[in-house]
Amino acid sequence: MIRTEGLSKRFGGLVAVEGLDLDVGEGDLFGFLGPNGSGKTTTVRMLLGLVFATSGRIEVLGRPMPRAAREVLPQVGSLVEGPAFYPHLSGRANLALFDAAGPRVTGGDRRRRIDDALARVGLDRVGRRPVRAWSSGMRQRLGLAAALLRAPRLLVLDEPTNGLDPHGTREVRDLLAELAAGGTTVFLSSHLLAEVELVCTRAAIVDRGRLVAQDRVAALLGPTGRVLVTTPDVGAAADLAAALPGVRLGERGPDRLAVHLDGTAPEALNRRLVDGGVRVRELVVERPSLEDVFLRLTGRDGRVPG
Amino acid sequence: MFLVELRKLVGRPRTWVTIGLLAGLPTLVAVLLRVTGVGPRPGQGPAFLAQVLNNGALFPAAALALVLPVFLPVAVAVLAGDTVAGEASAGTLRYLLVRPVGRTRLLVAKLAVTVVFVFLAVLVVAGVAFAVGAWLFGVKPLPSVSGQTIAAQDATWRTAVTVAYVAWSMLGVAAVALFASTVTDSPLAAALGALAALVTSQVLDLLDAAAAIKPYLPTHYWLAFVDLFRTPVLWHGVSRGFAIQAVYIAVFLGAAWANFATKDIKS
Repeated sequence: MIRTEGLSKRFGGLVAVEGLDLDVGEGDLFGFLGPNGSGKTTTVRMLLGLVFATSGRIEVLGRPMPRAAREVLPQVGSLVEGPAFYPHLSGRANLALFDAAGPRVTGGDRRRRIDDALARVGLDRVGRRPVRAWSSGMRQRLGLAAALLRAPRLLVLDEPTNGLDPHGTREVRDLLAELAAGGTTVFLSSHLLAEVELVCTRAAIVDRGRLVAQDRVAALLGPTGRVLVTTPDVGAAADLAAALPGVRLGERGPDRLAVHLDGTAPEALNRRLVDGGVRVRELVVERPSLEDVFLRLTGRDGRVPG
Repeated sequence: MFLVELRKLVGRPRTWVTIGLLAGLPTLVAVLLRVTGVGPRPGQGPAFLAQVLNNGALFPAAALALVLPVFLPVAVAVLAGDTVAGEASAGTLRYLLVRPVGRTRLLVAKLAVTVVFVFLAVLVVAGVAFAVGAWLFGVKPLPSVSGQTIAAQDATWRTAVTVAYVAWSMLGVAAVALFASTVTDSPLAAALGALAALVTSQVLDLLDAAAAIKPYLPTHYWLAFVDLFRTPVLWHGVSRGFAIQAVYIAVFLGAAWANFATKDIKS
């Protein structure tokens, strides 16, 4: 659905994106991650034809962008850097105005599509108040409704849960899962790692304009090779574990022990401990959170690149 | 797309407040003239105002002369400067473009509604001025600036050409403001940019040292429509004014298009 090859963008001397090769398949719920200033938004804007690439190729829905924007964009719904509306108009009037702009669409009359989109994001009972008076959470929902208005095949969403309370976040997450189950491809640019971990099937991580990882989320979160053992007999457990081939001991607490397994199966460690009389309360194969993976791949101090 | 833009223009209270204020200034002047009976001495003050006390039929032209130097161009510059930069600063520009609305189409639609606004504003000013003039001063056959009388239907077409000429002059302003609007994301900066160009032009127009470039300044022939009320009509200034505005309009619209069509939208 989205494919880029060697995509690069320079603003004057600043390299925003360099040599980006993205591959988003049909039906993916694709997470696009990166620290602030890593080129996420620039990439999203290039996908939508707002910013022109310095070099490289972009294909969206199998057509070159931005050349085929007229055929591609009507099938794409998007939310780029927060929603934006005409503040003096009501939500409904805003959607009608946006829908009337651009090429005509087939598929039901405008009023029904607006009603459907508003219902999907839980705004079906908003009145005629101007958007000016809305909370940021409501605006965020309205932005989503605008993206859904034309039943797009591809959704490109930049931080869709910004400004939403936990209920709203959950609703949006469920909505995205529902849309993906219905065959819509979702490209989700976000810095909320927990969210991406919960909903996305595939993910890419960018750092300083370069791609540092792109894989299934399950693969990105593969075991770290460490096992965490909780037991009252920490000393005995350490002695037994250290005797296994290739095993190194990690940090140790009053009732916890970390063990680097390097090839040894976790169940072999467990058998050795239990056979040796160690009272194992808990033995956990450590998996990194997406945050760990992210921090490791984009590792550096917290300073924003200059 | 034009209809969408037209709906935005018509649906915005600002549009009507601006037009109301534009029509309000000449009305205020007319009331003051009527109440005090003190007009500028002939040959002084804004064009036609001296004669208006005797004949309301000249008031539409007088009203246009009143709002033309400052008020009308400021209104047009603010409105045209807001067209693209206003959408950019509100963030709605990116959502329009991904709808998708072609960039050229969007620019043309913006230009078209600006033209609608300019004509609307000029026509309302002229229309209100005609009504006010007729009511307060009465309508008589026009004495022309040159002294002879102008017949009623003659006055009508002269006023019509005046309206067209003023609107055309304002389109020059709109073209500059539209270009500025594609350069910046701040509507205020765009309006100020266009006004800076106009003020520069008007200052240079007063400067003897700038005599060589005066005929090419955008504001130089603005008030040439006064010549339309001479007998016979003096076409030289008006036709020069039309031609020079045409060049400014073409150049700045071309620049606006070239800039906007190739610009990275980062707002």
